Amino acid sequence: MLRMASSFPEEVLEHVFSFIQSDTDRNAISMVCKSWYEIERWCRRRIFIGNCYAVSPRMVTGRFPEVRSIELKGKPHFADFNLVPDGWGGYVYPWISAMAKGYPWLEEIRLKRMVVTDESLELIAKSFKNFKVLVLSSCEGFSTDGLAAIAANCRNLRELDLRECDVDDLSGHWLSHFPDTYTSLVSLNISCLGSEVSISTLERLVGRCPNLRSLRLNRAVPIERLANLLRQAPQLAELGTGAYSAELRPDIFSNLAGALSGCKELKSLSGFWEAVPTYLPAVYSLCPGLTSLNLSYAAIQSPDLIKLLSQCPSLQRLWVLDYIEDVGLEALAASCTDLRELRVFPSDPFGAEPNVSLTELGLISVSAGCPKLHSVLYFCRQMSNAALTTIARNRPNFTCFRLCIIEPRTPDYLTLEPLDVGFGAIVEHCKDLRRLSVSGLLTDRAFEYIGTHAKKLEMLSLAFAGDSDLGLHHVLSGCENLKKLEIRDCPFGDKALLANAAKLETMRSLWMSSCMVSYGACKLLGRKMPRLNVEVIDERGPPDSRAESCPVEKLYIYRSISGPRFDMPDFVWTMDEDSALRLS
Amino acid sequence: MAMFEKDDLNLNLEATELTLGLPGCTARGNKRALPNDTQENPKSAINASESTKKYDEETAPPTKAQVVGWPPVRSFRKNCFQAKKPASAADQGDQASGIYVKVSMDGAPYLRKMDLKVYKGYAELLKALEDMFKVKVGEFCERQGYSGSEFVPTYEDKDGDWMLVGDVPWE
Repeated sequence: MLRMASSFPEEVLEHVFSFIQSDTDRNAISMVCKSWYEIERWCRRRIFIGNCYAVSPRMVTGRFPEVRSIELKGKPHFADFNLVPDGWGGYVYPWISAMAKGYPWLEEIRLKRMVVTDESLELIAKSFKNFKVLVLSSCEGFSTDGLAAIAANCRNLRELDLRECDVDDLSGHWLSHFPDTYTSLVSLNISCLGSEVSISTLERLVGRCPNLRSLRLNRAVPIERLANLLRQAPQLAELGTGAYSAELRPDIFSNLAGALSGCKELKSLSGFWEAVPTYLPAVYSLCPGLTSLNLSYAAIQSPDLIKLLSQCPSLQRLWVLDYIEDVGLEALAASCTDLRELRVFPSDPFGAEPNVSLTELGLISVSAGCPKLHSVLYFCRQMSNAALTTIARNRPNFTCFRLCIIEPRTPDYLTLEPLDVGFGAIVEHCKDLRRLSVSGLLTDRAFEYIGTHAKKLEMLSLAFAGDSDLGLHHVLSGCENLKKLEIRDCPFGDKALLANAAKLETMRSLWMSSCMVSYGACKLLGRKMPRLNVEVIDERGPPDSRAESCPVEKLYIYRSISGPRFDMPDFVWTMDEDSALRLS
Repeated sequence: MAMFEKDDLNLNLEATELTLGLPGCTARGNKRALPNDTQENPKSAINASESTKKYDEETAPPTKAQVVGWPPVRSFRKNCFQAKKPASAADQGDQASGIYVKVSMDGAPYLRKMDLKVYKGYAELLKALEDMFKVKVGEFCERQGYSGSEFVPTYEDKDGDWMLVGDVPWE
């Protein structure tokens, strides 16, 4: 048997491996034997690194010399909600620097929640001759000067996708840095940029790029200029509008409606800032073919939403504000039976009183009417165990269920009981659940259900929930596939964490803020678990200026094979064997 | 006496009405907590109810203190959109422009216009008034109002009453 493995020429094995793209499978292949490890590492083309501090750039370029595409994630997810102080880390420059030397043929870089500087962008622009794809999601630290460098130098660029980045927007002039000879643009997303770009520059760019499939404009592009842009690119599959409002002028309207109807491949719409109902009908001709609609920046009321959505039988993804209300979701459930993903965002997240009539009923309607619905993000103000149980029974195929009841610790509004049973029903019925966010009043019992049933769960988000360490213990000991756990404002302390220390090495990361984990426990964990980085984030000053029993503000624990990092700001401390020496 | 008047030429009455709300508050008597990150003057969170008439009601049920990062809405989303009420024709452009009010002073030949959005608190506003009209306004204290000058800043609220500038929290 052993002889058979070595009798295949490497080239044959390499060819076979090239059909295997999934990271998990590739990882599995590499562990079969030494020769497969060697062959596999030379032909791995794509790397995903879920935590940029789990491994060092040199380790990656050393093991995988022929990578063409890399995806890196930096800050923890709760950074999206301002829980991670500025300066925490996630700098991409060391990676770019290492890859500039190791991967001259790198084609794709995808970054999420990382700090990207203009220097990094300039280095990308000049280091990779065949650079094709740059996707920056929720990144920060760069300006439009960096973008100019990319535009000017990346002759083979296909995708420039800036998703919700915090850009130092000096001017829109960077767009003019794409040379006249540049024609390979396939996807451009500038939706997060504030300043105006020259529309004529944009029109010329769009006009000379015949392969352009996705164009997401920024708010500064006025609706009157949209029609002309679209006529330059009738082959578009995805469009993000700019500001979608103006006084109603029949000529603008008909021009826009005409241009939109000319885009026969257009399947996805987004943008719609400041949208007014009067211009919505311009998209009606597209509705039968629409599969994705993002109206989450449009303050449009439910009657107009219903008129639109009832014409979209092919809709698979909808992002919308809670102006849609229960009545709109009911209409959605009736018209859009192919719906796969729904996100309902709050129009007034900080108001104490509801401003719209959106309750658990809306979610029940869609769970009943949309058999393919598997991913939900829903903000509302009331929920009941009965509703959750109904939803779970209706829709056992949920893979992602994120419910945010806006007021923390809100009980079942009918019975005033905790929502344990309701979320229990969700995890019990939805056996393929991979991601879960819970809210409302929850006791340790809820976590017992989660630990018992949520066997495929990979990511769990908790806030203002639980009674004691037992809750955390249920989750850590029960959820076999847990990769990411993020917790805020829960009464979880040292016991569960220390008792499940080994579990933490099987996970990507654990975040705990405003909980009750003591400094002493953090030190202990750091000393006992050398392959974990136990980072204490505390803006009150060094943790050893307080008692050992004092709870830390924030704690971020992640597995790493590259040891403690050295780019930490002065409010982050790594707990390890040396920490006792370093802190004194 | 320096006086503010409602600018009735501006279509967007909500923006110029000196009610106890942040610009863009909904019209449905929405009681808002004051967002931590825009709060310049951290007085205790006070109900921003548009139906408030008397001073007593201003300090009635304080809203819950706002928690950092809750509800979990991305700052990008919050910044872009700030609880706009549904767009209607009259509201076009109200977010971008400032809150303009007419200011007149006893004895001055013509009125002035000021953008309240430019100022972060009463101190800045009073200084601007002093610069604009070349008068000194005097010291403000809660109990006695303004003392030390014959000029007193007042404004007409939406009920038509003349109110002393400075009693109500800036927000």
